[in-house]
Amino acid sequence: MRVQLKTSYHHDIRLFPDARRALRFAGLVALAIALPFGLDDFLIGEATNVLIWAIAGMGLMVLTGHAGQPSLGHAAFLAAGCYVNAILMERFGLPFLASFTLAGIVTGLAGVLIAIPALRLHGIYLAIATLALSVLTEDIIVLAEPWTGGVVGLVAPTITIAGVEVDRYGSPDRFYWLCLAVALLVTLGYRNVLRASLGRAFVAVRDSEVSAQAMGVNLARTKAAAFGLSCMVTGWAGALMGHFFFTFNHEVFTIVISIQLLLMIVIGGLGSIQGAWYGAIVVGIVPQAINVARDWVTGAFGGGGLAIPGIEAGIFGLILVFFILFEPLGIHGRIMKWRVWFDLFPLCRRDMFRRQKSYLRTERMR
Amino acid sequence: MDSLQLIVSGLANGCVYGLIALGFVLIYKATEQVNFAQGDMMMLGAFTALGLANDSHLGLPFWVACIGAVVIVAAVGWLLERTVLRRVFGQSQLAVVILTIALGFVLRFVAGTIWGHDPLTLESPIAGVNVRLGGLVLGLDEIAVVLVTLLLTAALFAFFRRTKLGVAMQASSQNQLAAYYMGIPVKRIHGFTWALAGATAAVAGILFASKGSIDPNTGLLGIKAFAAAVIGGFGSLPGALAGGLVVGLIEPFAARYVASGYSQVAPYALMLVVLILRPHGILSQVHGKKV
Repeated sequence: MRVQLKTSYHHDIRLFPDARRALRFAGLVALAIALPFGLDDFLIGEATNVLIWAIAGMGLMVLTGHAGQPSLGHAAFLAAGCYVNAILMERFGLPFLASFTLAGIVTGLAGVLIAIPALRLHGIYLAIATLALSVLTEDIIVLAEPWTGGVVGLVAPTITIAGVEVDRYGSPDRFYWLCLAVALLVTLGYRNVLRASLGRAFVAVRDSEVSAQAMGVNLARTKAAAFGLSCMVTGWAGALMGHFFFTFNHEVFTIVISIQLLLMIVIGGLGSIQGAWYGAIVVGIVPQAINVARDWVTGAFGGGGLAIPGIEAGIFGLILVFFILFEPLGIHGRIMKWRVWFDLFPLCRRDMFRRQKSYLRTERMR
Repeated sequence: MDSLQLIVSGLANGCVYGLIALGFVLIYKATEQVNFAQGDMMMLGAFTALGLANDSHLGLPFWVACIGAVVIVAAVGWLLERTVLRRVFGQSQLAVVILTIALGFVLRFVAGTIWGHDPLTLESPIAGVNVRLGGLVLGLDEIAVVLVTLLLTAALFAFFRRTKLGVAMQASSQNQLAAYYMGIPVKRIHGFTWALAGATAAVAGILFASKGSIDPNTGLLGIKAFAAAVIGGFGSLPGALAGGLVVGLIEPFAARYVASGYSQVAPYALMLVVLILRPHGILSQVHGKKV
């Protein structure tokens, strides 16, 4: 059993609650930095993929997990970031760092613009509107052919930072470190937003808009800020994703990506930064695990062509169904429960995390 | 004459969208849940009918296969509610949204495993037969689609207005707790609603399959039906159908009079406009929101 002694109000909003967690974070960062030395190029690529998904996941987590605004359209912002970054580098000859930063800012501003009509929408209607946005993006990319290359798509230019070339295929380890740096900066920034009044305004809006308003939270400004921050981070993830895929066209950022992003943060655990990371790791591991399982099955029973198309989506869906049914708080929630169990060791009771039943009342009234 | 032809084919497409949207609205009205897997249930209905009717599969007579598909998909809907959705009863709408999206993935996977991922065509007696009305050449399938949709909507409308069960469904939608107090078996009603939505989806699926080929990704059509449901107002049965027709009509006209690329964009753009101007749809029932 462990008791945390708080001697000041500032303890509640410290970056790390205690030294142990700070040490653990430092250890994780060190491990992540050292990772490319122990992996081959393919696995480094997969780890980079996880990092990019984690960044995108954090982008969506701000909006859905903390501000409570569901979005099924974040692929649109991934696409925006990706294309803005590539176009700025290619057409305007900006260096990567400038175009990358601008890509995030432009996408964030687009998010704020989207937030203005979205302020009138709640819950399910917002989800549907963003869904439409995601579907529209695919067609808009095709229609805006002079800029986006339409169906043919674009090729991500090579990144040069201070004279060092960073290439997805030529130097996967450097690209990995670039993504890691972005991911770490975003994580720290995210944590700091949550500590500030803005982050707590997000949570207040999520839990009850009316109560938040009564406490003096400006709903419109808070939601717009949530959209802006979320889209900015998602735009950065999109820019990195463009470099990761090397070539991209309208078919890369489909509605399926949007949905997968939302499902990912739900599996990881809504309302926590860690959740975005756990979700990204699951998204990265599932296809590999299926590959391994497939090889094992073909190895054990013979029968060469055991390729079942669509199995990834199917298994992903099943995992998700089980999570919603049995662990709605996701992986992070499960880990928290274990931690509480250890922290309170003999005192934990079975019904501590029991969900309360509630009854729905319709919003449609006569 | 040309635009008349466009109108008829648009109406036929719109009816399918409308029927899927009807399924959304049915479930939403009665259980306050939004079923993102409705399009995939439509796809399942189409494939079940195909599996029962086609000579390469079971080869049953067409009408038997239709009834069989409706019954099977209704059973699937009921089972889904019974085993999965009942467990999230009373949780937030977002949980249901995510759950049904995931179920859609699973349904697509199941259909792909059983029937393969290549496009297949349903062998139906009404496909490819043309009817001449004046100078107009209409496909019998298109006429059948419109007629069946009209009949089904009328039946559902009467059901919600006139029968005890329909009124009980409306009551359980408006306030689950109060409905419980009035002696309405809310949970059983939810199961029944899902079965009904499944049956509607199966009808939509059969109609869709008789107009063209299907593959497991056909279910993504559900997104377009969503646009239809939103344009019409999410809580209104006639609205859902009207929205479906609007979407069905706007597509060919946008393709013809604007540019071919815009036929995909038009429904969603219209939906965004409707959402922004009238956030609860054209025929909405929302008059205010309580805490």
